[in-house]
Amino acid sequence: MIETRNLTKKFSKLVAVDHISFNVKRGEIFGLLGPNGAGKTTTIRMLSTLTRPTEGTATVGDYDIVKDDNEVRKLIGLVSEKIIMYDRLTAKENLWFFGRLYDISKEVLNKRIDELLELVQLGNWKDIQVGTFSSGMRQRMNVIRALLNMPEVLLLDEPTLGLDPQSSVEVREFIKKINRENKTTIILTTHMMVEADMLCDRIGIIDHGKIAALDTPTNLKKLVSGADTTILELEIANLTTNMVSLIQSLKCVSSVSQDNSTHIKVHASGDDAFDTIIDAIRAEKGKIASVKNLEPTLEDVFLHITGHEVRDKADQKIPMRRHRRFMPVRRRVR
Amino acid sequence: MGVKSLVSHTFMVTWKDLMELFRNKMGLIMLVLMPIFMMSMAGFIFPSSTSISHVSVALVNQDEGYGNYSASAILIAALEQMNNNTGMMTITNASSLDEVREIIQRGEVDGGIVIASNFTSSLMTGKQGTITIVTDQSNPQMSMVLQIALTEVFEQIGTWVAEQNVQRLPGIDESNSLATVKPYSVQTEGAVSGSFSYFDFMAPGLMAMTVMMSVMTGLPAAISHEREVGTLDGMMVAPINRLAIILGKTLAQTARGLLQGILILTLAVALFGVTIHGNILLIFALLLLGVFSFVGLGVVITSFAKDQETAMMVMMTLMFPMMFLSGVFFPIQQMPWYMQSISNVLPLTYAATALRKVMVSGAGVSMITTELAVLIGFGVVMTAIAVPVFKRAITR
Repeated sequence: MIETRNLTKKFSKLVAVDHISFNVKRGEIFGLLGPNGAGKTTTIRMLSTLTRPTEGTATVGDYDIVKDDNEVRKLIGLVSEKIIMYDRLTAKENLWFFGRLYDISKEVLNKRIDELLELVQLGNWKDIQVGTFSSGMRQRMNVIRALLNMPEVLLLDEPTLGLDPQSSVEVREFIKKINRENKTTIILTTHMMVEADMLCDRIGIIDHGKIAALDTPTNLKKLVSGADTTILELEIANLTTNMVSLIQSLKCVSSVSQDNSTHIKVHASGDDAFDTIIDAIRAEKGKIASVKNLEPTLEDVFLHITGHEVRDKADQKIPMRRHRRFMPVRRRVR
Repeated sequence: MGVKSLVSHTFMVTWKDLMELFRNKMGLIMLVLMPIFMMSMAGFIFPSSTSISHVSVALVNQDEGYGNYSASAILIAALEQMNNNTGMMTITNASSLDEVREIIQRGEVDGGIVIASNFTSSLMTGKQGTITIVTDQSNPQMSMVLQIALTEVFEQIGTWVAEQNVQRLPGIDESNSLATVKPYSVQTEGAVSGSFSYFDFMAPGLMAMTVMMSVMTGLPAAISHEREVGTLDGMMVAPINRLAIILGKTLAQTARGLLQGILILTLAVALFGVTIHGNILLIFALLLLGVFSFVGLGVVITSFAKDQETAMMVMMTLMFPMMFLSGVFFPIQQMPWYMQSISNVLPLTYAATALRKVMVSGAGVSMITTELAVLIGFGVVMTAIAVPVFKRAITR
């Protein structure tokens, strides 16, 4: 359904998206996972014809995103990071405006607006200005706006950004429902591992504009656990730096990270890793308050693949061109 | 994409923009207040010799008279009578020229009149009587106005006195005494009958300015705002012609500008006694043409200014020279030549001139062909630049 070949976007010297190639099958939910500034939004913007690629090509439903941009636009719905709604217009007026831009006939549009508003439980709010809505309601509006033209492909850029946990769950459920019922192909970007894990059939891990790994969530996790990795979260009441460095020095341990004064997270490999670590702590008279044997999360996968944690670069948004003067281009930290 | 959907999409964008405008109560109030403020300010503040009132003037009468007779008393009586009618001055008495100078410097009065000690005796012995007008140089505008007004007053009184004197000469009677004193009668007549005030001069220019500025500033502000908020993307991902976005927004801004234009016209006619001599349809046609010539400029600015703040700054920089150099408030003819040459390349100058010709002098299309040609030419050139520039800027 969607195919990209060496898709590249440069902003002056900065390469935001660096020769990305991937395929998305019809009816699939495909996730682009990566920290802020990894190039997710730029990829989505190129696929939705809002930005022209510097190099490479991409097709959506066999239409080229540059040459046949208008055909692509008919196929897609975009849920942008920003809320595409006019605050002074009511819910219905907003949907009416965008719906009419797709040449949907008035009767059909009227019916569809009511259905969509019902679908996200906003039926009672249809004559109220969007400016008064809560962020959860606005985001639901933002999603159904993209569904007005019954798109075959739905592009979602950080659909749960800034939402409380409950609203996030609602939006995720809704995305799954659309995919299940309408067979809509979905590409979504997120920086949240949990979200990608829950929603996506396949995930592309994107970092510094490049796809670092691409597979199903299960297979990605196997990349880590396949090397029979044990991940332990330990709470030790009398934790000392000495103890930490001792654990670090164990043969089976690959990394130790300290969360706070009593919690540590240990990555280790080998069959007897668990026993070895516990024994070592006991030998040092460590009082183990709790032990958790963790399933590898995508967080761990990301760490494993890219060699750095997600939050390393979390505050480094790729400067857009218009911000160039106000934000110095930072050197990349490797 | 057919013409039909282009029209329908354009209309939708216009509808949306106008809905947003009318829902914005505060903005709407400002929309109405702005022209009212402009009109009142421009109308009441700018000085003209006919409109000054209650200027405080110190009067010094040093005249010693000639026997029992005092010509200055007659003069002052005439002056006071005139002043009672016009209310132009507030007259206070002072004792000497030095005192007048001092109180002018202290800012207590705006000017002074000094009648010389030999005023009556000079007149009686066939010489000229001297009246000195003292002005405050620190306020050149006021001193000029006062000087002109007082000179005219004394001229009139002088003529009247001369007429009286001449009547006593042999061979001259009342019927031709005035012609003897003042052989010429100068009359001013406008090309169109009726009386005109400064508002008649200003209203057309103000209308042209408001409508065109509204398009020129409103369009970049609206588009860059939508770009920043992100709603522009919503329109951009829809399968519509990009032209529909510009056209729709332009139409909305034009409607807004015309609304203000009509408001100014109504105010001018209802409150400030402006009379419209030309064809009202031609006036609106001219306003629309003005809009067309300014849209391109607005779009070009939109394309280059990446955010709303920059757009507003560029607008301000362009707006001020336009406001003052295009002859909306001041006649172009009174500017130095280099300013005039800048004036002559501003499209607003032509729009204001054409509109003034039509509104004040009742000119028809044939009399404003130069202005029309310039406006159309400017519009075509700007649009030709604007469309490709905008298309490039919008898909980066």
